[in-house]
Amino acid sequence: MSKVRVLVGTRKGAFILTSDGVRKRWKVSGPHFAGWEIYHMKGSAVNPDRIYASQTSGWFGQIIQRSDDGGKKWNTPGSSPEELKSPDGMSKAESNKFVYDTSPETGKPLTTHQWYDGTQHPWEFKRVWHLEPSLQDPDHVYAGVEDAALFESKDGGKSWHELAGLRGSDTGPKWQPGAGGMCLHTILLDASNPNRISIAISAAGTFRTDDGGKTWKPINRGLHSQFLPDPTAEVGHCVHRIAFHPSRPNTLFMQKHWDVMRSDNGGDSWQEVSGNLPTDFGFPIDVHAHEPETIYVVPIKSDSEHYPLKGRLRVYRSRAGGNEWEALTKGLPQRNCYVNVLRDAMSVDSLEPCGIYFGTTGGQVYASADSGDSWKAIVHDLPAVLSVEVQTLP
Amino acid sequence: MIHVVLPPHLRTLARVDGETELEVKTPVTQRSVLDALEAKYPMLRGTIRDHVTQLRRPMVRFFACGEDLSHEPPDAPLPDAIAKGSEPFVIIGAIAGG
Repeated sequence: MSKVRVLVGTRKGAFILTSDGVRKRWKVSGPHFAGWEIYHMKGSAVNPDRIYASQTSGWFGQIIQRSDDGGKKWNTPGSSPEELKSPDGMSKAESNKFVYDTSPETGKPLTTHQWYDGTQHPWEFKRVWHLEPSLQDPDHVYAGVEDAALFESKDGGKSWHELAGLRGSDTGPKWQPGAGGMCLHTILLDASNPNRISIAISAAGTFRTDDGGKTWKPINRGLHSQFLPDPTAEVGHCVHRIAFHPSRPNTLFMQKHWDVMRSDNGGDSWQEVSGNLPTDFGFPIDVHAHEPETIYVVPIKSDSEHYPLKGRLRVYRSRAGGNEWEALTKGLPQRNCYVNVLRDAMSVDSLEPCGIYFGTTGGQVYASADSGDSWKAIVHDLPAVLSVEVQTLP
Repeated sequence: MIHVVLPPHLRTLARVDGETELEVKTPVTQRSVLDALEAKYPMLRGTIRDHVTQLRRPMVRFFACGEDLSHEPPDAPLPDAIAKGSEPFVIIGAIAGG
């Protein structure tokens, strides 16, 4: 029987929740990396026991952890004795080293970005928000970081190099931090075209490369953001999350700061599909594993009130790819609930029926084993949940 | 042997309990202690000093013998009690907020 492994990153450590395919009884492992913020964990599609984790701290910086046994044991990549010395005898251990590319060959033009007060500000590395393992090679993994940039490792996380064409594009000076910082938080890899990567940044927008990361273009036509001096500007939009179904890589869904959007041409243009949502502000958006037109969002009240309307936690599902939404409430608290669901904290499994999972800032991880019709909390009282990723295992 | 006390987050990362002991060549300075610490626990590289500048991270501080040594030059000799191992070199995360 298939199994499910749920990787939960929280403010104070990582937790791994496992179940058989029935998804009724869960085992909880953790906290791993106790006391550290775990922004994200994700397993390789090629080797599910290879899991990468972003462990971070405002005091002590960024750590990359890797497991090769499904999360039982963890190591900082490249820390075995034979890997630690470079040919000249110096200590290496560069798995934690994220340095922006400023080289004349690949790191130019070097730009600044817009600061909160409108002045220009240099890029400063803070943390890894999102890790996205390659679909072909378990040693190849991408990292979306704050201040926004895209890095990759081709040696299992031992060393990291920036794909500087993104940050060095001529729109860089117009990027600006959102309330959570200027983060690259979403990385979509196209299984049918390894050269195509779509990413999203708060608050810059969505960008796409079709040449494996050398050159990038903003893909934000159709977005409308009232907070911008030019609401339809090429960049500057606070995109909270984008998602697609692997079989339909040209159909993208977006939860923007306000507005739920859809593109059917790989992001070249977008249309609003907020439809009958009670509020279209939110963070996560995800797609059903078997129904490419079934999507999920968690609307919250507003940009200043990050909690559900009227204290009722509701996932909204559209089976029409947007516009027509239904509230999913069974098993979710419908009074006095004022948690939030962050952008990387929703995921799906690929069992039948599809399982949907999300974590809250109140420390609950809710799961639905019936495509969202009903929900149950797997755990109630974790630290605030930053991210949820699900692995479906044979 | 030099005794170093790590803050709790870095003890978790380095998987050590209590103080750690290091062999450090003389002269015993902040730099030589941290070099030895990172050689023994390579996962700590970048967590105490910046990877590139090798400067102390802004929210990390160094104490020894009741003195705040955070702003001392990295190549200045540490107190004799540190070099002799009778007092620990203490690395802490700066308190910011309540």
